[in-house]
Amino acid sequence: MRVNFTVNGRKQEADDVWEGESLLYVLRERMGLPGSKNACEQGECGSCTVRLDDVPVCSCLVAAGQAEGREVVTVEGLADFAKQRAGQSGCASGACGGTTVDAAKRWQAKPQSADGQTGEQVELAPIQQAFIDAGAVQCGFCTPGLLVAADELLERNGSPSDADIREALSGNLCRCTGYEKILDAVRLAAARGENSAAGQGA
Amino acid sequence: MDFLRPASWEEALAAKAEHPTAVPIAGGTDVMVEINFDHRRPAYLLDLNRIGDLSEWEVGEKTVRLGASVPYTLIMENLRTELPGLALASHTVASPQIRNRGGVGGNLGTASPAGDAHPALLASGGEVEVESVRGRRMIPIDAFYVGVKRNAMEQDELIRSVHLPKADGPQQFSKVGTRNAMVIAVCAFGLALHPETRTVRTGIGSAAPTPVRARAAEDFLAAALDEGGFWESGKTVPPSVAKQFAQLASGACNPIDDVRGSAKYRRHAVGIMARRTLGWTWESYRGQERSASCA
Repeated sequence: MRVNFTVNGRKQEADDVWEGESLLYVLRERMGLPGSKNACEQGECGSCTVRLDDVPVCSCLVAAGQAEGREVVTVEGLADFAKQRAGQSGCASGACGGTTVDAAKRWQAKPQSADGQTGEQVELAPIQQAFIDAGAVQCGFCTPGLLVAADELLERNGSPSDADIREALSGNLCRCTGYEKILDAVRLAAARGENSAAGQGA
Repeated sequence: MDFLRPASWEEALAAKAEHPTAVPIAGGTDVMVEINFDHRRPAYLLDLNRIGDLSEWEVGEKTVRLGASVPYTLIMENLRTELPGLALASHTVASPQIRNRGGVGGNLGTASPAGDAHPALLASGGEVEVESVRGRRMIPIDAFYVGVKRNAMEQDELIRSVHLPKADGPQQFSKVGTRNAMVIAVCAFGLALHPETRTVRTGIGSAAPTPVRARAAEDFLAAALDEGGFWESGKTVPPSVAKQFAQLASGACNPIDDVRGSAKYRRHAVGIMARRTLGWTWESYRGQERSASCA
């Protein structure tokens, strides 16, 4: 069957999709978006987490046909998604209100040809940068799912308590880090978000 | 395999009538696991996501009509006052990602004894609204679970909603598992006090072939509360009553040994949860009575 849906802001069409196929399979194998990871295939691990019409879901448990006409955001589109959100709400990325010391330290020349698909060579979302800065990535397999889930948490709740963070990430398993650095990363992103908002007088 | 995408409830009923073996899929949190693992290859998948009505709820004067696909997240966020037991149970379902997709209709359709909604539904009481092209019927929740993963529905029927009475007293839900998130219940217990009718109702999960009520325990407790004048006085329930209630709840179990726990442990844990939930609900009832008399 054919499935039409929007992925990371682009209209996509997948042909010859098997009726029992998951959204995750379509993303990885047909759209060339391997960021969402395939691990447990039963909704236990959260490594395939994407936004489906804004709601975080396990893409392994969404039948491809159920995505028809809907909007999907994967980790590959997270930076753009965060940027657009910041544009709408004033500032959530730390990129407005002048250059912060943090941002200045992070600065590096960026190549021009961001393809927006594979996630290579594109600007990072604040949560992605925070994961790098906090050392929250080890093997990296759980990272895409955690990023999507954490980004959605901070969208809903800019100053989450530790309990809020633990609850929001309770559907994402990490077998490397012991989670502490991941919690640090979310706190860091939240703090940066608050700082940039304050810097703006918002 | 064929993927059926009805755009309306009527179309869905027609599709189910034409293909009675079609497997309904809404949140997909049960069905997709079976397909991913090749445990199931249905000839037809019947997608219910396009039927908006299934994701809506209405709060009436006496009851809540809860659409079959209303995700657990929205139950937690919006119906805590009207359906406190179900809201608590919803909060223990798996993880945020799963709660964003799964709903009560899926729990009822799968009818696993471990479904988290069942103890709360049994304790609350209510009816399941099912429909086919032949017509609509309301199945009392007490008559819904008929065997291991079997319910009282006919092959051509679909679940449209559940009609649940708005809580008239405190409700609680307790679940045993190895951790808080992403856990299938080792066993679970729901308790609802119904001060208006001077009754109590219970629900036990994962400790019998189907979700069950502990009827002997309910009858005993209702009689003890009534005879002792506890509903009026709001006095503390004596430990002897709580103990007997717990023992009777234990006795209502008919569990098995499996990977999640032994039958013996389940019986024991259900008794403990019965005693605790009685304590929590009764304290809450007393609190309400006290503040009402002070007002």
